[in-house]
Order: sequence, then structure tokens, then C-alpha cells
Amino acid sequence: MSRITLESKPSDGVRELLRHLLDKGKVSAVLAPRRLDDEGSLDLGFITDRSELDSIDPFAPVMIANTAQVLSMITPSSSKIAVVLKPCELRGFVERVKREQGTLDNILTISCTCGGVFPLQKAVDGITGGMTANYYSDLSSEKIHAEIRETCKACEHFIPINSDVTVSLVGEKDLDENCQIYLNSKSASELLEGLGGEIDKKEYDPAISAGLMKKRLAEKERLFNSVFPGKGGIDAVIEIFGKCVGCHGCSRVCPICYCVSCDFESMNFDSDIAYYEKELSQKGALRLPPDTMLFHIGRMIHMSFSCVGCGLCSDVCPADIPVASVFKRTGDKTASIFDYIPGRDLEEAIPVMVFKEEEFSRFVDE
Amino acid sequence: MDKKVKKEFDPKIVGFLCNWCTYAAADLAGSSKMEISPALSVVRVMCSSRVDHNLVLTTFFNGADGILIAGCHPGDCHYGEGNYYARRRYALLKKVTESLGLESERLQLTWISASEGNRYAEVVNSFTEKIAKLGPSPINCRSDL
Ligand code: SF4
Ligand code: SF4
Ligand code: FES
Repeated sequence: MSRITLESKPSDGVRELLRHLLDKGKVSAVLAPRRLDDEGSLDLGFITDRSELDSIDPFAPVMIANTAQVLSMITPSSSKIAVVLKPCELRGFVERVKREQGTLDNILTISCTCGGVFPLQKAVDGITGGMTANYYSDLSSEKIHAEIRETCKACEHFIPINSDVTVSLVGEKDLDENCQIYLNSKSASELLEGLGGEIDKKEYDPAISAGLMKKRLAEKERLFNSVFPGKGGIDAVIEIFGKCVGCHGCSRVCPICYCVSCDFESMNFDSDIAYYEKELSQKGALRLPPDTMLFHIGRMIHMSFSCVGCGLCSDVCPADIPVASVFKRTGDKTASIFDYIPGRDLEEAIPVMVFKEEEFSRFVDE
Repeated sequence: MDKKVKKEFDPKIVGFLCNWCTYAAADLAGSSKMEISPALSVVRVMCSSRVDHNLVLTTFFNGADGILIAGCHPGDCHYGEGNYYARRRYALLKKVTESLGLESERLQLTWISASEGNRYAEVVNSFTEKIAKLGPSPINCRSDL
């Protein structure tokens, strides 16, 4: 475990690092955010041609797709791939690997202490370009940037867990000429030998970003209390999800919702007029398309303990429902009863796949 | 003016009972002529672990005021470990409904073996009483779910 210090911008430093990996044949390809223009259009570039690396913007504060989903498409890979991703994307991928939706073998993960990302709308409107100056100075001064996603503002896992390489951004001064690269694994040290720069034996110290952590935790409490005010109840649930148009976009983009044939889109939920007539005779009126609350509460039960709070679901919702904030809020509670943190440890089993003989006596009326 | 007598609330309770233990206990209680609340409609399942969350939610949405899931005691599940998984899933259901303020106390999991006819009657009667006190479920038969 060591640190490399380069006298460059972190984004230049990482491009240099990626060039080193490709040139020396240490990886066969790179997957990273790529700028398509100066305004904020991005994609995830899957690159083997070194000249393409110039357009890589490793820390672009945008999440165009969840890299965890994309990694499921390209793993297992027969040769080594370097991947630049946000901490929550990495945790999301760890959750997917647990569900046999990919593997971390042959993947070199490069992440950063994360200042959050802009909502997609701001990126497609091309306004992130103008905002990023401010964004990087807020990183240095450990401020929560005003324009990032709601769940990013409330995210306490902005220090990557389990990344091979961590680039320190939050709380670092002089980000114009200071690039701190922490090598957290043996494979990272081997692959990055000969990169140059100053090398010492330091591990990442969370004290560097403790100021932001405090603010994020306070913001998390504020968000959770405000997104679901008071005691809740079915009226509150309907107030939030009543606007849902049933597109299921929120589950499509979710790194955790991996099911190829989602139960809610299966024959199980394919009803005919006879069924609706029966329902009508009992209830007098129905909401169509049906099963809106069932979809959201059911999905919460199904996956909330693994929710990494990436915020994509809120971003894609055409009805502007704060899906991510509600899911993350409930997810924090469901994960906590199993002492679980999504993406913390590949060896940590998915809570519903294991049990202890003695547990939950508080819930069960023995 | 004569005062209208407030109509007594008859709770509707659905019991998902494991075939191998609690269902047999229900049989025993019945054949022993114990007094059992008629509020409970029994659904026989092959194991407590058969009860998934959509089943529970749909049952609530379609008119149940309370749901009882009952299976074999820990260690006695016919399939070895089903009830341990059922308990985890139940904890999850409880936590999610609790987090949304959805009266999670209307849901109960309990263990009743085939020989516990007495206990079956007690559990059903006291759960019925509890639900009767809570009144009708606010999500019962709503048309905007
Ligand atoms: S993205 Fe929004 S509208 Fe679409 S299903 Fe999800 S909550 Fe409903
Ligand atoms: S539920 Fe939403 S915030 Fe949570 S992991 Fe899925 S897309 Fe991200
Ligand atoms: S067989 Fe009775 S709980 Fe599994």
C-alpha cells in the first residue's frame, strides 16, 4: 500500500496513468467517462486506442449510466481492463458480483474521493461545462456543491471502498498541480510500477476529508427527514408515488435491479378484464395502469438493503419523483437490521440469502 | 332521536399457515372443539418460506386488516431451513412497512407446532383482538394504489 504524488492536475495524472497502462501492455482496454464536446455531453468510453485517451475526463461530475451495469456487459474479460468509476458505482458492481452478474477478476478499479455528480438534466442541457470550475474549488474546501444530486449531497460513502487505486480529491489543496494516487492493492502496485512521480508508503487518511463527511452526514439526516415528513402512512406514500407513470425507468437504470425478467413486468402482473371487473366489484374504482404502490413498495423490499444511493432513479424519473431519496432512506433502515453496507465486502452475503439460528426475536412473536 | 349503535368492526385476517405444523395445529384445535376466532381465513402453504412479500402486500391491498404467518419452530422446518429464511424476509417486510409508516403491527410471524392446538387458538384469538382494537386497515381496498 503506497502513494504516488504527481505534480499535475488529477485528471491529467489519471490520463497519464491510463496511458502508462495501455502503452506498457499492462491493460488491454480502458473504460472511463469520455467528453464528447465542451458542453457536458459524455459517454462511457471503452477504449483500446491510446489517442482516444485525450478525451477521457476521469472525474467528470456526471453519471451518464451506472458503470456497474456496463461492467456486467463486459465481464468476465479474458484480459485486464482498467475502469474509472465513482465509489457508488464500484459498490453497485460489488453488489452485482454477489448476484453473479459479473466479476472483478481482471478488472483494475480506479476511483476517487467523490464530490458528487450533477443531475443528468444539467449535463444534457450542456451547463455542467460552466459549473465545473466552482465544483473543483468546492472539492478543495470540502463544501457540498449546491447543484449536485440530492442523494450525492447526502452520501457518506464518498471514499471508495475496495478500489485498487484511489485518487484523492476531496480536501486536497492546489488541485491544479497536485495529484495524489493511493495504491490499495498488490495488483495496483505491480501494474503502476514505473509510472514515475514521488512514491511513499502512505495509506489514505480519512482525516483529509473529515470536514466533508460531517457535512454529508448532517445533510443525510436533513434529507431523510424532509423527503418523508412526519409519521408517513399510506397517504404520504401515495403523495410521493402517486405521480408515477409506470414506465419502470427507475428500475431499468438501477445497478441493483439486475433481474432480466422483472416480476413486475412478467405474466404474474398481466391481468385481463375479468380480473379488473372482480377488483371493481370490490373497490368501486381502480387506478390504471395498476400496481403502482405494489411496484414501489415491493421493489423496496426486494432491493433497498443493497441501494447504493447513486441517484440515477431520481434522475430518469419523468414525473420528478425523488425515488432515490426515498429508497435510500428506507434502504438505510433495512440494511442496518442486517448490519449490512452495500458493496462493503464481496464476501459479505446478501442478507436474504443467509440467516443465523438466533436472531430477530424482537420481530417474531415466539 | 335514537342513537345509532355503532356497528361492530369485524376484522378480516388472513393466515398463511405452514402445512406441516400450524395447519395441523389448526386442525387439532378445531377437532378439540376449542373456541377460535372466525375472523381468520386460512391459506395453506407448504412452508412459511413460501410467503413472499408481494403475496403479503397484495393481501393487504385487497382487504386484509391483519396477516398472520405461522410455521414450524426454528429447527423443525420440514425443509430444514425454510423458516429461518422466512424470518429474515419477514424482518425486511416489517422494516420497510415501518419505515413508510404503514402500520407494520398488522403483520405477525409466529411458530406453532402440530401439537400446539391450544397455542394456535390463543395466538389467533389474541391477534384478532389486537386487530379489532386497531380498527380497519387504512390501505384496505383503497382505489388509488
Ligand atoms: S421512473 Fe418515475 S414514473 Fe417511471 S416507474 Fe419509476 S417512479 Fe414511476
Ligand atoms: S434504487 Fe436508485 S439510488 Fe438506489 S441503487 Fe438503484 S438507481 Fe441507485
Ligand atoms: S415446513 Fe413448516 S415452516 Fe418450513
